[in-house]
Amino acid sequence: MQVQARLAREATIGRARTWARRHLTPAAFLAPATILIVLFFLVPVVATLLLSLTDISTVTFRAPRWVGLENYRYLFRDPFLPRILLNTARYVGLTLLFNVGMGLTLALLSTSVRPGYGNQVRALWLLPRIMPPVVYVLVWQGLTREAPYGLVGILTGSSRSWITEHPWTTIVLANGMVGASFGMLIFTSAIRSMSPELFYAAAVDGATTWQTVRRVVLPLLRWPILFVTAYQTLSLLTSFEYILLLTDGGPGFFTTTVWSLHAYKLALSNYYGNVQFGLGAAMAAVLVVIGVVVSVLYLRIFNFRALIGEPKIEVP
Amino acid sequence: MPLLPPRWRLLVLVLAVLTLPIVTGVLWLLLTGWFDVVHGLLPVGGGSLENWRFLWTSVGGRPPLRIPLMNSLIFAGVVATLEVVIASMAGYAIARMAFPGRRGLLGLVLVLHAFPAVSLLIAIFYILRILGLFDTLLGVILVKVALELPLGIWLMKGFFDYLSWEIEMAALVDGMSRWGVFWRIALPMARPGLLALGTFALLSAWGEFILPFTLIVSSQRWTMAMYMQSFLSEAFTDFGMMAAVGLVYAAPVLILFALGQRYLLNIYTGGVKG
Repeated sequence: MQVQARLAREATIGRARTWARRHLTPAAFLAPATILIVLFFLVPVVATLLLSLTDISTVTFRAPRWVGLENYRYLFRDPFLPRILLNTARYVGLTLLFNVGMGLTLALLSTSVRPGYGNQVRALWLLPRIMPPVVYVLVWQGLTREAPYGLVGILTGSSRSWITEHPWTTIVLANGMVGASFGMLIFTSAIRSMSPELFYAAAVDGATTWQTVRRVVLPLLRWPILFVTAYQTLSLLTSFEYILLLTDGGPGFFTTTVWSLHAYKLALSNYYGNVQFGLGAAMAAVLVVIGVVVSVLYLRIFNFRALIGEPKIEVP
Repeated sequence: MPLLPPRWRLLVLVLAVLTLPIVTGVLWLLLTGWFDVVHGLLPVGGGSLENWRFLWTSVGGRPPLRIPLMNSLIFAGVVATLEVVIASMAGYAIARMAFPGRRGLLGLVLVLHAFPAVSLLIAIFYILRILGLFDTLLGVILVKVALELPLGIWLMKGFFDYLSWEIEMAALVDGMSRWGVFWRIALPMARPGLLALGTFALLSAWGEFILPFTLIVSSQRWTMAMYMQSFLSEAFTDFGMMAAVGLVYAAPVLILFALGQRYLLNIYTGGVKG
């Protein structure tokens, strides 16, 4: 009897242990990450949507009222909306073109020279990305000053700052030089992993370098190019940091204000005296919904696993 | 890997021309702070220590330099530490343990990795206000760690996948707990990964601008990015002093780059998002 009771008890303990191993241990390992992700990813997604349905502002911060879709209706009546939409399309489109084009150019060129030179160039292109954005923007401002001071001013002979004269060119170039390294590194890994036999075969067939690039390398880069384009479209759509620092949406009225910057300013800057938090949240909600839908879509299309793949961090 | 084309030296020249703006920018930053006036990259007039007075006095009602400097050091250090510890714990669980919802969690991490977190800033502002963490360094630290976790978890999971499982298995059979195996066996073996994620997190937190700019108000809690921005946003900018401040702020990054650019290149090639 005693033996049976002991066995039964041990079985229970064993089951409890199995249960603990299956649930409690992983839960303990995952707890801190889960708390932070819930608090600062999942809750904000819901909060953005809920806040966008209220009239919350500086005045009504403590006691906001539900206003339904009023914010969205207001948004569509905004006379500046077409301008902001156009700016956003221009910003995303042109920067994307520069990012992917420059990334591709750098990857193709830097893998076609002696590896030492190639690595040096790629390392230098990392600098804009690892520089603190504020310092990066300062350098842009310094170089684009008016004639006797800024290098660009001297070269163009202009007596005005290049940023006020050509705000769009500056924004696209400044953002593009940060973003180009992303594509450059992905394309470089893809090119390096191409089998050397392909290139020998092309050489034996008498293909010129340009023909090899056009007929062998570029077709093989189709997926990485699509991936970089898709990925950067989404991040550019919501990014406004460099625009905020470079032109702050100006010069003048909404000249370079994009959707995300406008949302940010409505909700969080005191520019208009009374901060219209709910309205800003409505604009952000549009981005959040696009972000959720598109990133789920990407997961399906790209099978991210294959593309980001196993992180291959080789340490020399 | 393509073959070396016959005229590759010409291509080096093209690359040099494309990269010239970056080199010019770095030169401008290294140079401008030391002189009264600089035309382009040419110093005009004498050298100047006046630009550096922010080192010993507070300039224009700003807090003295040591306050933002200290805050930035704390911010970057704590963010990197927390990010590495929390991401490797979660990454380890996903790589090594079978639990209900594992696939779903992995999917969530991947979706969040692509999801642009800046769009949540307005809601995060509101949540920090409710939690009473608005205008505190701790609040910004937690937000920064959280927003980078999907990337960190994904990276660390990949690292643990890469390690062989035999030693851990042996330790488990010998009666070591999962926790002990993680701390004493898996983490030391994943040291290259921890270092890579740590370096990335340090650089990213050191430069972080938009989060503190949005979530911190008091100048006692400014970070270096906010300190610098306060110079940038002035109507008449003193470029000499700003370049000096910028040089101080960017010095750790430039030194790291000078010493370990090959290492940085490897890290950023390893799937860190841009």
